[in-house]
Amino acid sequence: MSLDARIPGGPLAQKWDKYKFEMKLVNPANKRKFEVIVVGTGLAGASAAASLAELGYKVKAFCFQDSPRRAHSIAAQGGINAAKNYQNDGDSVQRLFYDTIKGGDFRAREANVYRLAEVSANIIDQCAAQGVPFAREYGGTLANRSFGGAQVSRTFYARGQTGQQLLLGAYQAMCRQIGLGNIQMFPRTEMLDVVIVDGQAKGIVVRNLVTGEISSHAGDAVVLATGGYANVFFLSTNAKGCNVTANYRAYKKGAFFANPCYTQIHPTCIPTSGDHQSKLTLMSESLRNDGRVWVPKQKGGQRAPADVPESERDYYLERKYPSYGNLAPRDISSRAAKGVCDEGRGVGPGGRGVYLDFTDAIKRLGEATIRERYGNLFDMYEKITGENAYQAPMRIYPAAHYAMGGAWVDYNLMSTIPGLFIVGEANFSDHGANRLGASALMQGLADGYFILPYTVGNYFASAKPVKVPTSHAEFKKAEEDVRNLTKRLLGINGKRSVVSFHKELGKLMWENCGMARSRQSLETNLKRIPQLREEFWKNVKVTGTGEELNQDLELAGRVADFLEFGELLCIDALHREESCGSHFRVEHQTEDGEAKRDDANFAYVAAWEFKGVDKQPELHKEPLTYEEMKLATRSYK
Amino acid sequence: MNLTLKVWRQKNATSPGQFETYEARDIIPDMSFLEMLDVVNERLIAEGHEPIAFDSDCREGICGTCSLVISGVPHGGQKGTTACQLHMRRFKEGDTITVEPWRAKAFPLVKDLVVNRDAFDRIVQAGGFVSVNTGNASDANAILVPKEIADVAMDAAACIGCGACVAACKNASAMLFVAAKVSHLNYLPQGKAEKDRRVRNMVAQMDAEGFGNCTVTGSCEAVCPKGISLEFIAKMNRDYAVALVKGEPQKATAGGAG
Repeated sequence: MSLDARIPGGPLAQKWDKYKFEMKLVNPANKRKFEVIVVGTGLAGASAAASLAELGYKVKAFCFQDSPRRAHSIAAQGGINAAKNYQNDGDSVQRLFYDTIKGGDFRAREANVYRLAEVSANIIDQCAAQGVPFAREYGGTLANRSFGGAQVSRTFYARGQTGQQLLLGAYQAMCRQIGLGNIQMFPRTEMLDVVIVDGQAKGIVVRNLVTGEISSHAGDAVVLATGGYANVFFLSTNAKGCNVTANYRAYKKGAFFANPCYTQIHPTCIPTSGDHQSKLTLMSESLRNDGRVWVPKQKGGQRAPADVPESERDYYLERKYPSYGNLAPRDISSRAAKGVCDEGRGVGPGGRGVYLDFTDAIKRLGEATIRERYGNLFDMYEKITGENAYQAPMRIYPAAHYAMGGAWVDYNLMSTIPGLFIVGEANFSDHGANRLGASALMQGLADGYFILPYTVGNYFASAKPVKVPTSHAEFKKAEEDVRNLTKRLLGINGKRSVVSFHKELGKLMWENCGMARSRQSLETNLKRIPQLREEFWKNVKVTGTGEELNQDLELAGRVADFLEFGELLCIDALHREESCGSHFRVEHQTEDGEAKRDDANFAYVAAWEFKGVDKQPELHKEPLTYEEMKLATRSYK
Repeated sequence: MNLTLKVWRQKNATSPGQFETYEARDIIPDMSFLEMLDVVNERLIAEGHEPIAFDSDCREGICGTCSLVISGVPHGGQKGTTACQLHMRRFKEGDTITVEPWRAKAFPLVKDLVVNRDAFDRIVQAGGFVSVNTGNASDANAILVPKEIADVAMDAAACIGCGACVAACKNASAMLFVAAKVSHLNYLPQGKAEKDRRVRNMVAQMDAEGFGNCTVTGSCEAVCPKGISLEFIAKMNRDYAVALVKGEPQKATAGGAG
């Protein structure tokens, strides 16, 4: 099967307009005859569900949380990018496009990224109209801040809770459509399979998490907006419930999975404090606007930060990347932090930390200003660590945060299965090998508000999908498979808890497939993960029954998928014999330790096709051709 | 440190529930309250018992999922803190801690410490939005919002919908939650057009869900992890009174020609 991204012809800047003109439309009176299933209610899912319902489609929305308002987009702190150029500092669609492609280390698809930059301004307009309380200047205009990987101020924000406010905007739009009867909402419901009939996605099988009931829902199109897979590392900044299950089960049904090895390790997280830890907490990248990152020049010092004189401090980001300084992109900042800690210059318990110091900013701007900008983050830091960051610098360390990889989608955001659309973090399309800060919110909302509503209609009008009832044999078979899987998990009755397997997998992934990867470390994982998986299926202990709220069972299903998916991630990382963005292979680096790309051999999207558990997946390549941008070595020096 | 937990266990909404006593051993002060429960659950699983069901997701105080009454106080009594951000350094060796679910008629129990808060979603569905479709919204700077207004709207919008306000109130009133959403949107120029119908419809839905009345004891504000102010209740009462005085708008008798 050859991968066709279905990118419209013509110059880059006109592709999306051309697409919108040439696409087929569904007559308003016919829209209500089409049903769309949306799984996941984060920014991408909620905005898609609301916008599709507003157009007149019948929507069924599903989330595993107890309310659609709680999806993990809510935890995004810093902001959302848009090429508004409100600051008159030289921003433009072209520049946002350029920054995103460069930030992604030339591993993203040009046409998609350009479209993303084009619709970015509409997102801000839409959200402001919904009543999202963005930060404002005294004159009443919107405020901006700067973010990593950009030299303009294009990030819009709502204190340190931008994700929350944008999600509530989308959730409220959804609630309006629920009230109008256009969306049927199913909270505490987990998708466990996608149903394919004659090669097209026709519905899903779900489990009601309260009663345990397994049931089917048919739709003319299925949209997965189920987020990323950073929890494969066990410790990540993701919510406890984040998982790869919906996306992975679609992969097992034939949807290709692209670039799983592109996993973002965020540089500014609170360091781990012990084995009990259930998750890591992000400190927004926006803090790097005013905080300076440093470690002592000499290793092994256990001095308090205030006792280290200025002359003995190494502001290593400012030293190594003078033009971007503390706002160097995430992959570069994370690796730099790891580098100084590996040299033995890290601070705090175990030497796995660097300082993020606000002393200068407080001197320059006053504590009140810093409190207004980041107060909630400083409070959160104090709650977790018991330390006051106004008085002593924060200690931070990188942690797994975001998945640039995801289901392969074409320009329509449709997977290799017709009728199965994948949006937001769950797809692979826009961030290449590294995502810039404040771009995830932009992408999720671009997909849901402004892209999917067009492309789904085009699918309906051009493919004319035939309706399939849930009584169809494929639905019954998928339900049976799900029931059997549940029974199997509950029937093992072994000795080890689900969490213990998840932790062990996470440790393997972090140690051997985290910030630095080598052939040897990846091969270790490819040996160990199948063994761990085998042990899981022999020795896991899942308590309770299938006919009730059973959180242990929910987790078991998700960990079972991570135990397969982790292997796929390592296979991808092993095959990509280059370093690019977040994917750093120690064999491929420049003399000064920067990522060394191999454009001659790896300027492509790696899309993997499932061939069976314990079988090597098949690699398909979508070549990345750059018409507008020149492939160049990425430099932030 | 070592602690004693008295945890509410209840199989489902229809079975009777009771407190069970568990020892929480070797607890580290750096653990969050939920990580402490994780440790207890791991031990229960190892001993062949069913773990304690409790809700949580983001574990960084923003999703509003966690919902525990800890020794009588929703979220445990540390100012501005959800249970997931409450750390064990707040407790002492040998403490006995009771752990209960939110208790309110409008939040039916699901299992153990897990309750159903769909009522909050239905209140938002009744009017907690701005009726604007996705499409060609005007430029975001076309409507100026004074910083003071944007700030107060943000103060209200910070509500995470956890329901601690209801759990703390002796009347199980949802006034603080509803007032936060009404105020967020009614303060902003974008929300003004539907100001009256919003407050009317949301209050009507709140009453229909079976939440109690507000007697302004302020217990909601005291436990709110986001510090939502009682002043928003006053704001909502004003808006509600105005909406009542204005009454239902006249229905237009005929649509436009076309």
